[in-house]
Amino acid sequence: MEKVKLTIDNKTIEVPKGTTIAKAAKMLGIEVPLLCHMELHDLGIENKPAGCRICVVEVEGRRNLAPSCVTTCEEGMVVRTHTTRVLNARRTVMEFILSDHPKDCLICPKSGNCELQDMAIRLGIREIPGQEIAEMSTYRKDTSPSIIRDLDKCIMCRRCEMMCNEVQTVGALSAINRGFMAVVAPAFEQNLEHSPCTYCGQCVAVCPTGALTEVNHTPEVLRALADPSKVVVVQTAPAVRVALGEEFGLKPGTIVTGKMVSALRALGFDYVFDTDFAADLTIMEEGTELLDRLTRYLKGDASAKLPILTSCCPGWVNFFEYYYPDLKDVPSTAKSPQQMFGAIAKTYFADKIGVDRKNLVVVSVMPCLAKKYECQRSEFSTDGNPDVDYSISTRELAAFIRQANIDFNNLPDDEFDLPLGESTGAGVIFGTTGGVIEAAVRTAYELYTGKKLGRIDFTELRGFEGVRSATVDFGDLKLNIGIAHGLGNARKLLDEVRSGKSKFHAIEIMACPGGCIGGGGQPLHHGNSEILKARAAAIYQEDRNKPLRKSHENPVIIKLYEEFLGKPNSDKAHKLLHTHYFERKKKIIVKP
Amino acid sequence: MEEYQMQILVCGATNCRNNHSSDIVDNLKLELEAFALDKKVKVVKTSCFGLCGHGPVVKILPDGTVYTGVTVEDISDIINEHILKGRKVEKLLYRDPVTGKTLTDENQLSVLKKQLRIVLRNCGIIDPENIEDAISRGAYLALGKVLTEMQPDEVIKIIKDSGLRGRGGGGFPTGVKWEIARKNASDEKYVVCNADEGDPGAFMDRSVLEGDPHAVLEAMAICGYCIGASKGLVYIRAEYPLAVKRLKIAIEQAREYGLLGKDIMGTGFDFDIEIRYGAGAFVCGEETALIHSMEGLRGEPTVKPPYPAQSGFRGKPTNVNNVETFACVAPIILKGAEWFSSIGTAKSKGTKVFALAGKINNVGLIEVPMGTTLREVIFEIGGGIRGGKKFKAVQTGGPSGGCLTEKHLDIPIDFDNLTAAGSMMGSGGMIVMDEDDCMVAVAKFYLDFTVEESCGKCAPCRIGNKRLHELLEHICKGHGTRADLDRLRNMSVVIKDTALCGLGQTSPNPVLSTLDNFFDEYLAHVEDKKCPAGKCRDLMQYVIIKENCVGCTACARVCPVNAISGERKEPHYINPAICIKCGACMEKCKFDAIVIR
Repeated sequence: MEKVKLTIDNKTIEVPKGTTIAKAAKMLGIEVPLLCHMELHDLGIENKPAGCRICVVEVEGRRNLAPSCVTTCEEGMVVRTHTTRVLNARRTVMEFILSDHPKDCLICPKSGNCELQDMAIRLGIREIPGQEIAEMSTYRKDTSPSIIRDLDKCIMCRRCEMMCNEVQTVGALSAINRGFMAVVAPAFEQNLEHSPCTYCGQCVAVCPTGALTEVNHTPEVLRALADPSKVVVVQTAPAVRVALGEEFGLKPGTIVTGKMVSALRALGFDYVFDTDFAADLTIMEEGTELLDRLTRYLKGDASAKLPILTSCCPGWVNFFEYYYPDLKDVPSTAKSPQQMFGAIAKTYFADKIGVDRKNLVVVSVMPCLAKKYECQRSEFSTDGNPDVDYSISTRELAAFIRQANIDFNNLPDDEFDLPLGESTGAGVIFGTTGGVIEAAVRTAYELYTGKKLGRIDFTELRGFEGVRSATVDFGDLKLNIGIAHGLGNARKLLDEVRSGKSKFHAIEIMACPGGCIGGGGQPLHHGNSEILKARAAAIYQEDRNKPLRKSHENPVIIKLYEEFLGKPNSDKAHKLLHTHYFERKKKIIVKP
Repeated sequence: MEEYQMQILVCGATNCRNNHSSDIVDNLKLELEAFALDKKVKVVKTSCFGLCGHGPVVKILPDGTVYTGVTVEDISDIINEHILKGRKVEKLLYRDPVTGKTLTDENQLSVLKKQLRIVLRNCGIIDPENIEDAISRGAYLALGKVLTEMQPDEVIKIIKDSGLRGRGGGGFPTGVKWEIARKNASDEKYVVCNADEGDPGAFMDRSVLEGDPHAVLEAMAICGYCIGASKGLVYIRAEYPLAVKRLKIAIEQAREYGLLGKDIMGTGFDFDIEIRYGAGAFVCGEETALIHSMEGLRGEPTVKPPYPAQSGFRGKPTNVNNVETFACVAPIILKGAEWFSSIGTAKSKGTKVFALAGKINNVGLIEVPMGTTLREVIFEIGGGIRGGKKFKAVQTGGPSGGCLTEKHLDIPIDFDNLTAAGSMMGSGGMIVMDEDDCMVAVAKFYLDFTVEESCGKCAPCRIGNKRLHELLEHICKGHGTRADLDRLRNMSVVIKDTALCGLGQTSPNPVLSTLDNFFDEYLAHVEDKKCPAGKCRDLMQYVIIKENCVGCTACARVCPVNAISGERKEPHYINPAICIKCGACMEKCKFDAIVIR
């Protein structure tokens, strides 16, 4: 591989040809400030419009300053990263950016977690000249079921646009207008909820400022907790327990399940349950559905549609309802764990404790923003009473814990309540890409072959490549499995399904790169994919820590079927735990 | 075969057309028919002659008489006197604004004398909608020569040796650009003609496209042959409907004649051209933004490198050249690199087309050899300052350029000289300013434009230009301070140094060059709160001259804000604190008692 030698701030280094100045500088321990640039190395995602011009450096022989995030190193280059010319330019550009930004830090939801704020602190900005005459570029606020767009705070870093178009291929966002009033918005300046937006929240996950944030449902949860007539129940998704600690300064990948349960109890929830329980339930229903379709298909039944697609991810469901409505019958009809939990909680559990479902409030803590939209879908309620009342994100939970004066790091470990807090390792691994299908395989194998699993860890299904495939040996059947995370990758597999060329029997799809651990509601990673890797590793560690690792061995699940549901896909199970999909193509409403 | 004895050329370009030159053409034809002369005298509607301030322009061949300001009523004189009796119509002859003398021979016109029309060689002479006119003047001879007698490397060498540099503003050596595109191996390559011409007031490219489109098409084909492309794209701004029409006709006719399309002239070389439209964005004149616009993406520039010659349209090697650059190619091939490089200065060869505008007598299009001085252009060719006012500055290079002053007048015009003087050649816009122009307002005027046209991608241009503009407005309103001038300079320098593309990298030039050359004017605005040129309304006062005022109260009655007070038959007074400077009083006063100071 060709190498080039260059000098940065009087230090010499040799780097592979094609390395950018910023990366080469980092290798020398020189941290050139980067603002719009963002790279999730392990996911192959990079945003590099070179538009903020904060990372500019002096390159000898070049007329003007060079953006170090995209300028590649050349042999013999001499670079200076902090001459007075550079410092003055950087400061002046920062002053420009701040001059067109609301001075709302004290009340902004991103305060303390904002990359622009960090940069202003780092560059030591003490004044913004010209404020008396400065016009501000402004745009109307856009609130959707999950995401709030406050574009006055947008710095045109284009990360959201990149994620939505190139990674997710949803295409809900694009830069519009020109110059000072340029902004990122849906086509024809629609509101987000009239666009193809799936609420996957990846835009929120990468936004450096308070321009994109989630709708905050904590006030509703607080009201419910304060209402003495309500029994408030909480369920927590697997991906939350490996990331929540980051909000309190713990290392990424620290498993804080016990502390999380303690905190929830301290917050006042009457029952602290686990979404992982419902994940086990999902496996029972979906695994059975997979086997049913598989056996019918193998017998030559033309009505059995393969591949079967997982359907626990609402961002993904929105995506195929919009872009692939012709494939509506292909995904599993099983609801997501969040919704299955709600359905069971408000029937089975409500009966058990003698509470009317209208007085039972189900709250979910999710790494996801699409869940906020999902629980509001009209098909997930009975007589107007939703199965899941509110969904709050990991970030909202952390803020809630802080507001309640709880010292998270010093909490003792506590355990989930029964019955709906019992789960197996298969339920935990739902939190990362490859986990749902691995959980399904663990159960499907034993149900299909009637034999006990030799090994429980199907490592061939794990990893971060966007599209993966593996074949699992079921004896007389080789099960072809496809896995995609990130909607752009999902699209690739779906196009194959649509054209009839798919060779998979089952496909797992997660809308967020990395799976739920990288969800739109998780603590912000600010472009560090090591954090995502650590969370994924923690998920598999938590799985290994559990005594039971196959969904069908969960004793509460077994009892639930015995006492209440009968068997997987029974009429009752079908009514409570299955759903159907809609065509979601929207008409464009252009205001005259 | 028609044998014409005389030809009447009528300028059909925009300015003359707006003054009914089409009617002149039609009526001339009718009259000639009435006189049974239509087989002996041909009426040709051509394109721009370059005398835009004196249109409609009519030229009689073969004697070369130029008539200006012609109207439909003059037609019978032209026919009766000139055509039938060979007597020139005195009242229509071009009158030299400097000497006052009428000139009969176009070669005597000082406006035309120093010009050397290479790019505009056929403009004003041929009917641009008839390919045979162009062919009779040599169009496609160069392409034929190249395809049948020369290898691509030979042709590129000639272009390199000629010293031709890009005429769009960048001034990059054209031959070198073609060579790089040639060297980058690819299955597909593209030739792109940048016909976006966004500089306000510039119409050099439009004139070539309207007047001699084959010059561009032929050169694109030659370029395609050199670099290995079989597809050409002309990106033309949608605001040029006539040029688009002429291009379409030219492309169709060239295809009919086997000069474009498959197997050109039977040599096996394929090259065809498509037209793509701009959508009203100045920034799409920047080559990467242009390419992205053609790809259907948002018209925003992207970082260079990679340069288009390496990775351009659809990621393939693409050569982008300006209209004028292409128009130079065929003559270079036919007359040789030595001929071209004998014209001009050491580092800037050939001629340059300028759109002369502003406070000058002969506004219009001119083409002069590089090295002609600004003084020659403004005072000889341009005919000097209108109304006998004093020259103050000349702005070259459009919104990307700077203002040059009295002390720069003897600079030989070329790429490097103008840049060294603090301006730039740009695409050829040249706006002349006189004592009544305020240089601070001029800087603001250019920022008005660039603020609107910034694409919005990079922070320094998107926000910085806006802040520059705000501050200039602030100063022109009389609220500026001395410290603001330092801020202006710092912001300008940083925007230039950090912007992503040529738009932002040059938009502060008008500010910097006026700060450098007219600092005293800025000082007057911020320290004295006065505008020396009398242009900035907010710094001017409407004043009643007591000696002239008879107290008729007409002004007071028409004042919309009751700012004028005074008794009948007594001198009146305008209260500057209330006055909104609408000018109604001045218009009403019959005694010249109201002035602006």
